[in-house]
Amino acid sequence: MEVFNDPENQELFLTGFSWILRLTGASAVLALILGVMLAAMRVSPIPVLRWFGSAWVNVFRNTPLTLIIFFCYFGLFATLGLSASDDLILNNFWLGVIGLSVYTAAFVCEAVRSGINTVPSGQAEAARAIGLTFAQTLRIIVLPQAGRAVIAPLGSILIALTKNATIVGTIGVAEAANAMKTLINDNGDAVITIFLVFAGTFVALLVPTGYLFSWLGNRLAVKR
Amino acid sequence: MSSFLYDHPGPKARTRNLILSIVFGIALAGLLWFIYDKFDSKGLWTTVQWKPFTQAQVWTDFILPGLWATLSAALTAMVLALAFGLLFSVGRLSEHRWLSAPAGVIIEFCRAVPLLLMIFFLFYGVPFLIQQPFPAFWAVVLGLTLYNGSVLAEAFRAGVRAVPRGQSEAAQAVGLRKGQVMQYILLPQAARSMLPVIVSQLVVLLKDTALGYIIAYPELLQQGVTVLAANYGNLVAAAIVIAVIYILINSSLTSFAGWLERRTQRRGLRPARAGTTRLETIEPQG
Repeated sequence: MEVFNDPENQELFLTGFSWILRLTGASAVLALILGVMLAAMRVSPIPVLRWFGSAWVNVFRNTPLTLIIFFCYFGLFATLGLSASDDLILNNFWLGVIGLSVYTAAFVCEAVRSGINTVPSGQAEAARAIGLTFAQTLRIIVLPQAGRAVIAPLGSILIALTKNATIVGTIGVAEAANAMKTLINDNGDAVITIFLVFAGTFVALLVPTGYLFSWLGNRLAVKR
Repeated sequence: MSSFLYDHPGPKARTRNLILSIVFGIALAGLLWFIYDKFDSKGLWTTVQWKPFTQAQVWTDFILPGLWATLSAALTAMVLALAFGLLFSVGRLSEHRWLSAPAGVIIEFCRAVPLLLMIFFLFYGVPFLIQQPFPAFWAVVLGLTLYNGSVLAEAFRAGVRAVPRGQSEAAQAVGLRKGQVMQYILLPQAARSMLPVIVSQLVVLLKDTALGYIIAYPELLQQGVTVLAANYGNLVAAAIVIAVIYILINSSLTSFAGWLERRTQRRGLRPARAGTTRLETIEPQG
């Protein structure tokens, strides 16, 4: 454990995980908003929107995240000159957030859509019978019930997102995987300790999150 | 499918939908035009950028070897992950605690650790332990095996538990041993009902081979956006072509999984409400 007695190494470890948490937090919010919007598009009566939603899901769900992140940096930033911030590190951070969000939104969309399918058709039919419009039916009747059904799947999407945040290391954010690589290269005599500390931190973060979400999912599920 | 969400459109609703279609269509076309224009201003539509993809040499020298490296890593990892998943699901379902507890710990550990961390450990860390370089191919394959194998183990386990109890009770009643019940009765039914999930997880696995790019394993992404683009200076074009190849392969596998799902549901091989208690364990994860 003496590797982690060095304050410099502790610093590396802590910044690594703070980047992971920041990437996860920002992308989770964006992906949730985007994903619910895409799901609403995919069930809407307007063909153009349905088409857009399914095109988005098919494109981003089937492309490797590494390629998306890579494209965000070399395509959006280096080639097209789309810069998110003047600070280089923050710029890479936001480019990473964009990549993670558009990718994760596709999964959120599919989860919400399958949640909508668990709501009995009688609910929406009753809503239509009392004269609610499509937007009202979705917002007031269907989505609240669907949301409670998809808590557990959304939890596993969040967990996957946290793990995927390590990939943003490719475009130069000093997140946990990069920090571990640096530490391993500098301390060849303690590789197992270093790996176990980093992996153990992820386990300590994510396994309780998984149990929390499945407990929440059971608790909040609409009992039918 | 979700048409119960809105009424069958009458004349008024049809006009409104048409108007909204046109409005959103124009907005979408505007967005596409914006992207096209942005690309155009950087000279990304010129023939210099795209001409290489019409030459056979580009395909035989860069893309096809990359595709082969991706597919061989994915196929090896698929076979190993299925074996790992089978072994550990049976281990975790065992009645002996000395077997089920370690199997459970290993599964939970491998599922919670990011794949990239695992690959970095194998590629950068293990060489210090064995005093020789660790091949990039095996770092990718072993990382993929441990992660996807443990997800598959959970899928198999959920599948086994979704088999109606009567099946194993009947098997025990005719005198089969525990191992035989698992081998002849539970696993075949679980594998069949979980087939769509297994295929979707294999799509995740195929997609994750792209992580090999980060440790310079010469797979499709590496060959396309690094080697090819360095030779022809067409990075964005190369990235788009590579993305299209990935999308074609993965979406055909995804629709195969969807077809399997419809087929198993139609033939009643999968209990309609199987796994509703812990849906997330039997969803493919990536």
